[in-house]
Amino acid sequence: MTRFMISTALTCLLALPAAAATVAAGDELAETQQYNFWLLDAIKTTDPQKNTDVEGSDILRQLFEGLMNEDQKGAMVPGVATEYTESDDGLTYTFKLRPEAKWSNGEPVTAQNFVDGWQRAVDPATASEYAWFMELMNITNASEIVAGNAAPDTLGVKAVDDHTLEVTLTKPTPYFVKMVSHPTTFPVLKSVIDEKGDAWTQPGNLVGNGAYVLTGHNLGVDITMEKNPEYWDAANVVLDKLTGITVNDQNIALTRYEAGELDRFQIPAGQYPRLKEQYPDQAISLPYSCSYTYLINVSDKGREELKDVNIRRALALGLDRDIIVNQVLQGGQKPAYNWTHWAMEGFEMPDIAMASMSQADRTAEAKQLLEAAGYTPDTPLNLTLNYNTSEDHKKIAVVAQQMWKPLGVNLTLNNMEWKVHTDRMQNQDFELARYAWCADYNEASTFTDYFRSTGKNEGKFNNADYDKLLDEAVTSENPNDQYKAAEAILAAEQPLIPIYHYAKVDMIKPYVKGLPLENVMQSWYAKDMYITKH
Amino acid sequence: MFGYILRRLAVAIPTLLLLIVFSFLLMHAAPGGPFTQERALPPQVLANLEAKYGLDDPLWRQIFDYVWRIVTDFDFGPSFVYPDRTVNQIIAAGFPVTLTYGLLSFLLAVLVGVTLGAAAAIRQNSWLDYLAVGISIGAQVLPNFVMAPILVLVFTLILGWLPGGGWSFSDPSFWIMPVIALGTSYMASIARITRSSMLEVLGSNHIRTARAKGLPPRKIIMRHALKPALLPVISFLGPCFVSMITGSVVIDMYFSTGGIGKSFVDSALNRDYAVMMGITILVGALTILFSLLVDILYAWIDPKIRY
Repeated sequence: MTRFMISTALTCLLALPAAAATVAAGDELAETQQYNFWLLDAIKTTDPQKNTDVEGSDILRQLFEGLMNEDQKGAMVPGVATEYTESDDGLTYTFKLRPEAKWSNGEPVTAQNFVDGWQRAVDPATASEYAWFMELMNITNASEIVAGNAAPDTLGVKAVDDHTLEVTLTKPTPYFVKMVSHPTTFPVLKSVIDEKGDAWTQPGNLVGNGAYVLTGHNLGVDITMEKNPEYWDAANVVLDKLTGITVNDQNIALTRYEAGELDRFQIPAGQYPRLKEQYPDQAISLPYSCSYTYLINVSDKGREELKDVNIRRALALGLDRDIIVNQVLQGGQKPAYNWTHWAMEGFEMPDIAMASMSQADRTAEAKQLLEAAGYTPDTPLNLTLNYNTSEDHKKIAVVAQQMWKPLGVNLTLNNMEWKVHTDRMQNQDFELARYAWCADYNEASTFTDYFRSTGKNEGKFNNADYDKLLDEAVTSENPNDQYKAAEAILAAEQPLIPIYHYAKVDMIKPYVKGLPLENVMQSWYAKDMYITKH
Repeated sequence: MFGYILRRLAVAIPTLLLLIVFSFLLMHAAPGGPFTQERALPPQVLANLEAKYGLDDPLWRQIFDYVWRIVTDFDFGPSFVYPDRTVNQIIAAGFPVTLTYGLLSFLLAVLVGVTLGAAAAIRQNSWLDYLAVGISIGAQVLPNFVMAPILVLVFTLILGWLPGGGWSFSDPSFWIMPVIALGTSYMASIARITRSSMLEVLGSNHIRTARAKGLPPRKIIMRHALKPALLPVISFLGPCFVSMITGSVVIDMYFSTGGIGKSFVDSALNRDYAVMMGITILVGALTILFSLLVDILYAWIDPKIRY
């Protein structure tokens, strides 16, 4: 992205009107404005600071509203905040909040509600599993508070008056504003939490400031929401009722979609081509900001053989991604030779030599590299790949096993449940591990930061030049230069084997309008949607 | 008899305690914990979570506190994974669902199974027998995870008669498919057991005597044959009843019923220690209770058995 705020203190008046459901000319509205969407699993919580799931975030965006929202293309648009200013040094952001914003119980939404929510996120007493998000935002004292070394009220966020919120950061963070649409940053009404305790998020107790109120939540069955008459823009909200329906089995979900019980669901792997043919106007494949990879453990606990960059490179070369994407997944995913998802806002794809080679050349080079290291099909290199339980992961792993075998790599597949997989990865107890990373905000650094020596980085890749580039990117006029250079280092060092960039492969009823099809984050807001006559 | 029941109940308590201790240890031995997640938690947050749920105490202390809370307050603690809910709430929401479709399936399985099995035995080698055996073998080889999608396909998509999933206590149309999907294979087993044991009884001496006396066939079957023929069925029904009313992950997954079967499997995968223990204890207690009931029923049916 090109830095969208440069040095001089300028007021960024958000000229755009806040998005609301804008019914397109010629669209006739259906009598019943209800949207039934699919949930893979039970919603664990509707507490903005305790949620950790993507599906939970989808629900929270309807029940609460943060400072900013995302529009259908992923651009930031006003939410509760109408405008903001960034100080000269990029360390202070001041948000003006709309005075008409109200909670579902009629109380006004104030800057203090945001302060309460943000302090709650970092307060170790809340034990939020997403406290790291506040650290990622570089808010003053966030890390100290999370570590238990400072009081929550020392967090760099202040209610200047009822409708002015001031945030101070420890260092300039160009993507800061893109992070305030994340549910962890949503405001809360503290009086309700104090009164109801842990049960405050249950239907009837929950007070939100979003366009919808929670009316029912049957664990593992469904979650229902209805239009919130107190919402400041309620006049422009068209959908009356939302129902999230849990269907654990995607094939059953398909049947229920066809029977008209669901308006949207995710297509099971391999079924996209058939459904696209059958329902050309309903099957969609859109870029989705996650990358799929095999991580290589290059830490001290890793295998000695994998410390050889040539072997890592050979593994990356020997994997025919086109087969994985076109034969296994078949849903419009893109083969990946780099880490950052290609569709991240403003990101320009780096030139990676491997990407433009033919697979025959790649395979030949892989063979050569392995031979040079002394590995042939007769004297193979024995490696283990850990992956968490899933049919798709298994299929891809089997493909990788078969592709590497003739090159002289004997891959043992080690399937484990997610918790065990995670535990092993975090303890560097693996050789190769299946992994995927999804963007937390729409900017390349959400990917590149992963491989910082201080990053999450389970394979313990450690490269001073890489870290330095990312430090520079923060204050750079055009951070893409740094991102490209950083990707080049990853391509040269190969601490990972990128496999593919995700696509969101869904069926959507043609009468559902206003979904954010061009937003790579896939954040949807029911207040912007409507159902046409069908 | 009364003394026997008391003795059995006295044994039940240490059995349950043993079950608790054993499951508790097994659960904690599994790698990863409830708070193991993609981003390792900051130590302070983890410490707070562990303190909140008492995971920082030594294991023996955790087990003791856990059992103590159950005994004194019947409190199974808060869920580790659903922060808004307690285990009591999760079970209170899910168990009635499981119980409803489980009981109905059980009734279906017993009524249809026994009738089918008995009819087949009485008319051995007739078309009725072949039909009954055919149905029961078909139902047996069709597992519920195959049955469930077929039912949804037929009744929801093609016929449009029934909702494809979900649950409502006030609307029985949600119950039909789960009941059929869960009950069928049990029904098949019951039919087969009834048939073979009925055949055996029909060939026994006391039936020959009854026939010789000139008793009407209806009376022979209802009074003299069915009761002894049901003994093996009853010993099958005990565990079968418990497993039916304590939930089926397949039913909950395919029909989104929200029963405790799915919660149980999820709790194991999520390392939601509290929910897992809660359901384990529930299932354990029910198993012990119903195996006792089966034994009592046995004594009542078979005069040869005395405790």
